[in-house]
Amino acid sequence: MSGAVPPAGTPPPPPPPPPRFADAAREALADPSVRRGLREATSAARAGAAGAVADSADWEELRAAGAAVRDRTLLDLDRYLEELEGAVVEAGGTVHWAVSAADAVRVVAGLVRAQGESGAAVADAPVLREIGLAGGLAAAGIAVLDAGAAAAVAVTGVDFMVAETGALVRSGGDAAPAPSAALVAVAGLEQAVPAWRDLEVFLQLLPRASGAGRTAARTVVWSGPVAGDGPAACHLVLVDNGRTRALADPVGRTALRCIGCEACLNVCPVYERTGPAAYGPGGAGPIGAVRVPLQRGVRGAHAASLPFASTLCGACADVCPVKIDLPGLLVHLRGEVVEARRDRPVPAPELAAMRAAAWTLAEPRRYEAALRRGARWGRLLARGGRIGRLPGRLGKWSDARDLPAPPAQSFRAWWGRR
Amino acid sequence: MVGAAVSGRDRVLARVRAALGPDRGGAAGVPRDYRRGLGAERADVVALFTERVADLRVPVRHVGADELGTAVAAALWGREAKRIAVPAGLPYGWLADLDGVRALADVPPLDDAALAALDAVVTGCAAAVAETGAVVLDGGRGQGRRALARAPAHHLCVVHADQIAGTVPEALARLDPRRPLTWLGGTPGLEVLVVDQRLC
Repeated sequence: MSGAVPPAGTPPPPPPPPPRFADAAREALADPSVRRGLREATSAARAGAAGAVADSADWEELRAAGAAVRDRTLLDLDRYLEELEGAVVEAGGTVHWAVSAADAVRVVAGLVRAQGESGAAVADAPVLREIGLAGGLAAAGIAVLDAGAAAAVAVTGVDFMVAETGALVRSGGDAAPAPSAALVAVAGLEQAVPAWRDLEVFLQLLPRASGAGRTAARTVVWSGPVAGDGPAACHLVLVDNGRTRALADPVGRTALRCIGCEACLNVCPVYERTGPAAYGPGGAGPIGAVRVPLQRGVRGAHAASLPFASTLCGACADVCPVKIDLPGLLVHLRGEVVEARRDRPVPAPELAAMRAAAWTLAEPRRYEAALRRGARWGRLLARGGRIGRLPGRLGKWSDARDLPAPPAQSFRAWWGRR
Repeated sequence: MVGAAVSGRDRVLARVRAALGPDRGGAAGVPRDYRRGLGAERADVVALFTERVADLRVPVRHVGADELGTAVAAALWGREAKRIAVPAGLPYGWLADLDGVRALADVPPLDDAALAALDAVVTGCAAAVAETGAVVLDGGRGQGRRALARAPAHHLCVVHADQIAGTVPEALARLDPRRPLTWLGGTPGLEVLVVDQRLC
């Protein structure tokens, strides 16, 4: 990797930062056929998951066990990762570590080239989308083939890695990759589970929550190369890409319990309307809106917009198979976004409004004066007892809402006169 | 490449340790109150498996051990299979009643062109799960390599009644994590024959 870098391997210019959620969502919202397709897809997945969950006699016990196994793994993650590395190596595999998405793409590209190949079969998996693997390989001059294509090298995501035995588990409906020379499995650090026995929890939670049913159409377990069966080399690429940033937040780290079932996407009323594209490549739906700012920080406009892409209805927390408190995390991150903007020289409009409100409410005299003035302006704007449109930038807010006109006399004024 | 990999390892592990800080470990125990077994009779386990396989829209039949050869031949005849492959170690009796079907042994391994020309494969399995309807292959005797079960349009899988575990936890306890495992659920082209000794 350090040696011969082919001319095609020069890194492309960094992509422009993704747009804010509200701006990106507008496009999807404007297309009724997209919305209809999304509604049908999400409601089918929702029904599938609800049926498979109702069918399970011990769903709540499985959820409790799943959440606890994840928490235990995360709180000792370095130890389990080292154990995993040892077990994978003992089984004949190789482990690679990538700090960033770019590192991960570079490692995978290097592994493909090391096999003397100019192309690789690439499966679809959340972690591969997150690190932009397909685009990265193409930019490095490596042909990206369909997941089912016969190729010497195949790149796949995995759902679980067993620290105790080194087993890599991929559970899903699509064609399992079948490379002849080398398998490259890419996984986030948090996808480790301590013991083989822990799969008895997750191989029940994942298919049911994802809407696949009681069992996935195909689940494959790789434990290093097997003579005469499949690839001669197995590589595991462990990706950080901001996961340690999320891990450092004692509240936010619970988001790393995620097993990638996407149940929270399918029940989310916001996702059902906007679809995945508006959330950007780092993950969609409530879990994406939590993980992207946790992993990237809230300095960027895109990441900072995601915690607000929710109505906080709580449906996601109810369906999460590992009991992630998604609405709680969204509120936690909204707080972080506001904190991060507190020191800007020009305050954000919400912050200015909140400061003005705090100043007004601090003194009864100021509050009463504001009340009188507000009532007068409100009655001036009202038509037939309703306020249909507020002036200026507030007009956007009142586009879809009507307000009752304030009464001529406030409760305070009435009480004061008695 | 080795240098880069090592430093990446150290950097990632250092970040994990820094992130955990003094909070590391100390997590509560795992409550494992979920069901481990069905608490059902053997016959009920077999009946549940059959029902759950059918729920996956996978054709499933019960046969006695002495009828297996006929059942395999009938299933292949029903799919008009002319060329099939069988893994090493498949009991000869399973194929005893084949008529007009060319059975290729996967020893030495068939090449990709030969695999692509197959109409069906016949395999055994390592375990099955009654509660979910899944069958699990581990590359052992009579199951063959993974490429075999993936190739053709039709995969006839023979499950012995005593291979059926009640639940996922019971099945995992029977399996060796170091073997190349494939769990098949509602996989297209799958067909299951359950061999029940008591039907003899």
